[in-house]
Amino acid sequence: MEITIDKACCKGCGICLKACPKSVFGKSRKRNNYGTAMPEVKNAEKCMACGACERLCPDGAINVERKAKE
Amino acid sequence: MNKLYETYIKKEALPTLFCSGCGNGIVQVAAMEAMEKLGCKDEVACVSGIGCSSWIPCYYKLDVLHGMHGRALPFAEGLKLARPDKKILVFTGDGDCAAIGGNHLIHAAARNIDLTVIMVNNYIYGMTGGQKSPTTPKGSVTKTSPWGSMDEPIDAVKLVMVLGATYVARWTTAHPAQLAKSMAEGMKHEGFSFIEVLSQCPVQAGKSLWKEKDSYRIMETYKRMTKSCGSLEEAGEGKIPIGVFRHDNQREEYASKLKTVTRKQKG
Amino acid sequence: MIKRKEGSLQKETQVVLQGNEACVKGALYAGCSFFAGYPITPSTEIIEMMSGEMPKTGGAFIQMEDEIASACAIIGARWGGSKAMTATSGPGYTLMQEAIGFAAVTETPTVIVNVQRGGPSTGQPTLSSQQDIYQARYGSHGDYEIIVLAPSSVQEMYDFTIRAFELAEQFRTPVILLADEVVGHMREKIMVREGCEEIRSQRQKYVVSPQADFFKGANTMVEGQLHDEEGRRIGHVAEKSGQFIHNINRKIQSNLDILSEVSTYCMEDADIAIVAYGSVARPSLNAVKHARGIRDDRMLPKVKMIKDLFKRGVGEMIHTDYSHLKVGLVKIDTVWPFPEKLLKQVTKGVDTVIVPEMNVGKYCREVQRVLKDKNVVSMPKCGGNIHTPMEILDEILKMAGLEKKKVGR
Repeated sequence: MEITIDKACCKGCGICLKACPKSVFGKSRKRNNYGTAMPEVKNAEKCMACGACERLCPDGAINVERKAKE
Repeated sequence: MNKLYETYIKKEALPTLFCSGCGNGIVQVAAMEAMEKLGCKDEVACVSGIGCSSWIPCYYKLDVLHGMHGRALPFAEGLKLARPDKKILVFTGDGDCAAIGGNHLIHAAARNIDLTVIMVNNYIYGMTGGQKSPTTPKGSVTKTSPWGSMDEPIDAVKLVMVLGATYVARWTTAHPAQLAKSMAEGMKHEGFSFIEVLSQCPVQAGKSLWKEKDSYRIMETYKRMTKSCGSLEEAGEGKIPIGVFRHDNQREEYASKLKTVTRKQKG
Repeated sequence: MIKRKEGSLQKETQVVLQGNEACVKGALYAGCSFFAGYPITPSTEIIEMMSGEMPKTGGAFIQMEDEIASACAIIGARWGGSKAMTATSGPGYTLMQEAIGFAAVTETPTVIVNVQRGGPSTGQPTLSSQQDIYQARYGSHGDYEIIVLAPSSVQEMYDFTIRAFELAEQFRTPVILLADEVVGHMREKIMVREGCEEIRSQRQKYVVSPQADFFKGANTMVEGQLHDEEGRRIGHVAEKSGQFIHNINRKIQSNLDILSEVSTYCMEDADIAIVAYGSVARPSLNAVKHARGIRDDRMLPKVKMIKDLFKRGVGEMIHTDYSHLKVGLVKIDTVWPFPEKLLKQVTKGVDTVIVPEMNVGKYCREVQRVLKDKNVVSMPKCGGNIHTPMEILDEILKMAGLEKKKVGR
């Protein structure tokens, strides 16, 4: 699974941190273009591609690329 | 960036003017998902009124009419009757739809004209800075109800049910998949489709109604407040029913009635 | 009446119609295919007839819940590609003002008919007035320009409706047909054209922000906030917004030569001019004829004259020859934008101007503003009755320095 967070779109609301059932996202010290705290992908291996973060990110900043299992 | 943004969003207009954590973005994504599901992008035009939620379609790569406060429905009705073959998606808010546009809502629902109305209900006037709206719970302290709101809140879903809207649903931003499915059903449905979305306003409603600034916690509150069920009565005391309450294909749609008359008269 | 402008090559047929009916006929000829309205006296005949006629031509008719909705629905329909119109009166016109401003700022070609009645408020639903002359121009909030046509006969109700659709498309702006109860309800013999005219939108030439109709794949953005060429909001940027306001006003102001239309009668050698618009131009014309001693071939004035003779006595009767009075009429057809240049031109040799109107004397202020060097006299009349030719003639005599009773003895 490849999860990307767009720095330009993210506004740092933190919905993804709590919405992910597998706690894939974690807080980071990075800042988005808005200047607010941006999440980062901490546990990518846990992702089961449910799409909750994509649907719930109000700014469309998250993209989950589903890859076939190797 | 969300995959759907490529097809549906004018990227040069980003970032959206919504506050961080605003539910409008979730509704925006859900509507894109619905259009993608139906594959009907070229058949859709959006109409909206004035208010935070009325900015939702302004970022779409579609034909958009960003109209006057409360008048999204009459604009949409005119557009629909001029192009009955197309799908018209109306984005409106609780103030836009149930207060200033209440009269239009009543008549559009009674006509059963083929529009898909998405009423984004954040329980407050967000854009003007947190004043009481027609859906604000009784007793709530807002900027214009400093001693607690005295008005009974209006339930727009109940209202359009009574008037005979033929597709009625309510979801929250915490149910984005169901919401997208409902939007797709509503767009496919021939008749007046009304979908209310309980949406979080972490800035204004968060301050005065929920005493909570965190978007996700407000969404959790919505989850607790609501109960998914098939009819308005099932939810029980103190719970807001969510789900699809009506999906009726029997009643004839307004534009097609008009078409029948035209065919007869024109010969 | 004043001679009709030539120009149409279509076959014409003669019919007797009411003003409101003629308006509908004109709209249908101009290709109107959407009508939304709400019944209100004295414009009701328009919505009634439209409800029957629209389906016959394949158009759409809808009776909306109020005038606000009607004005919005025609804007929506126009973006859907249908030429659209609504008709109203008095209070209904007031309700439409926000939508008229929206149509002006989004450059939506729409036609709004206002069959004026007496106001304010419910006012005089069944009587005529010209009290909305300023509302037609300044009704919506903010700075915008608008085109307003004032018909004075049933024929003009027909012709001006067609012209309204043409101008709306040409300048991409709402056009107001400012009729009144008198022309709306009178019946006259008129010429109507056969078939239907195709009016094309000329968006490239005149428009500030050119936008395609919906469903053309152009991602049209219709925005009520001040916007740039692509419909993106600029309401928060002062400089750009200022430019926008400037442009949208210039679109009409700089085309006064094309837009302005006035009709004149006996103005070649006139010393006194009557400047009138709408139905009041009719008694004004009669007054000019009396003053000039031009015989009217119609029967009705003669019958009325004899009636007056018995009622008012010979001393009061003044239908003798005044051919020495050099009086002319200027009938303003496009009341807004104010035809400054044209009015100055046609009143060049005149020293006195009389402005009769069915209100407290509003339009007269504009005339005074433009004709500063002349003696401009207002002749207001309120209450719902139109000026009689006699009243206007009396005013002419007064201005000419002639006492009524002394004349003609």
